[in-house]
Amino acid sequence: MNAQPVMANKAAGDVPPVHPLWLRLTHWLNALAVVLMVMSGWRIYNASPLFDFRFPDEITLGGWLAGAILWHFAAMWLLVVNGLLYLSINTATGRLGRRFFPLSPRGFAADLKAAFHGRLSHADPRRYNTVQRAAYLFVILDLVLLVLSGLVLWKSVQFPLLRELMGGYETARYVHFFTMAALVGFVVIHVAMALLVPRSLLHMIRGR
Amino acid sequence: MNDRHKRMWQMDIGPEQPDRRRFLRGSLALGALPLLGGCSISDEPIVEKALLQVSRFNDRVQAWLFDPEQLAPTYPESMITRPFPFNAYYSLDKVPQVDGERFRLQVGGRVADQRPWSLAELRTLPQTDQVTRLICVEGWSAIGKWGGVRFSDFLERIGADLEAQYVGFRCADGYYTSIDMPTALHPQTLLTLTFDGQVLPARYGFPLKLRMPTKLGYKNPKHVEALFVTNTYPGGYWEDRGYNWFGGS
Ligand code: HEM
Repeated sequence: MNAQPVMANKAAGDVPPVHPLWLRLTHWLNALAVVLMVMSGWRIYNASPLFDFRFPDEITLGGWLAGAILWHFAAMWLLVVNGLLYLSINTATGRLGRRFFPLSPRGFAADLKAAFHGRLSHADPRRYNTVQRAAYLFVILDLVLLVLSGLVLWKSVQFPLLRELMGGYETARYVHFFTMAALVGFVVIHVAMALLVPRSLLHMIRGR
Repeated sequence: MNDRHKRMWQMDIGPEQPDRRRFLRGSLALGALPLLGGCSISDEPIVEKALLQVSRFNDRVQAWLFDPEQLAPTYPESMITRPFPFNAYYSLDKVPQVDGERFRLQVGGRVADQRPWSLAELRTLPQTDQVTRLICVEGWSAIGKWGGVRFSDFLERIGADLEAQYVGFRCADGYYTSIDMPTALHPQTLLTLTFDGQVLPARYGFPLKLRMPTKLGYKNPKHVEALFVTNTYPGGYWEDRGYNWFGGS
């Protein structure tokens, strides 16, 4: 696959898509899984809140605790199988290394500054700027931690090593909550950014 | 903490809730998503059926994940949660009062010796106790100390068919549930007569509670009156209303 920026004057038919089909598919399936997991998860949270608030029922999924759990433990398969597919194709093709690295702190600072001044370049849709790289890598790691802490909550007896790494069952609840919060924070900013640069959204849908 | 548990329990799994039609209600919110357009899937039987099928699949995955040798963590007595939360599908004043003198545990199904057991007889069997964490399906957990007869010993003594698939339970409060045989034979599965060193108090399940630290709270029946060994899926009170059957942890 071609890692170099493609000349703009090439005919559209010859150039590979900005985002290959498998990436677009896994991205949108992941988005669906995340929405189902988060909304049903809020309902489960409401059954025994960790903090002094509950999520409004209208933005939750499942209707009552059993329904929410059914959704949560069904959507988890989509999230995990799809996520593993994304990660394996991404590493096997070397795309992960090309797309997300190098990742220098200096580049991050410069790009962040540019972003705040509205001058972040999106001239080449085949290259993520450093802020994007960091944000996507962050959310990938966050999702891994979210799934692992969820595994401890689901089967704390059967995964003793994971349970102890998470600091026990009760601590895993907090890990699960805060990784969810970080994920939701990412999605809010991510969707806002996608809407600010509508061309990137078209790329993620049509590939070009 | 206790208060909150009680409140949540009344709201979310209170007795007026478990009407099957309603358990996917609130997916209304999903109808607002452009993905699914205006179609309300709240009462969509296909969705409900698919979700329940995944839940059956998850039963099999949990049976596969279940390691009969893997012990749940135990804790020092100093970590016992006091007061230990009360939880049932009714409030504290509805807890059944069972007469311990006249009580007999009924034993049936694929069991060679179907003689009923008095509490005094059960107390003559070898006793053991353990401090473990009870994890509720709602998310909270609490540490308690239960003592009684190792359930695998009891099943052997009554000549139960240990190759059978299920052990079912019927309780004095109308509750019922069932478990898989591998969990029934797990070394930490106890037919308990005591809680925190005292005769099991009514609120925690007098006269008998089956305690399994490898399963969620609703799988641990209290006020057990009868148990039976069977190959026919017996279901359960919450399980028949949409909660996962295996309920392992
Ligand atoms: C709900 C959870 C979501 C997560 C976890 C997520 C995560 C990600 C990740 C990790 C990437 C980089 C993929 C790669 O190149 O390997 C990405 C790209 C992208 N996402 Fe999302 N996403 C989510 C939802 C959405 C939504 C709802 C939208 C649209 C409104 C969206 C629009 C995009 C676009 C346009 C890109 C490509 C950006 C570019 O080409 O510059 N995402 N997303």
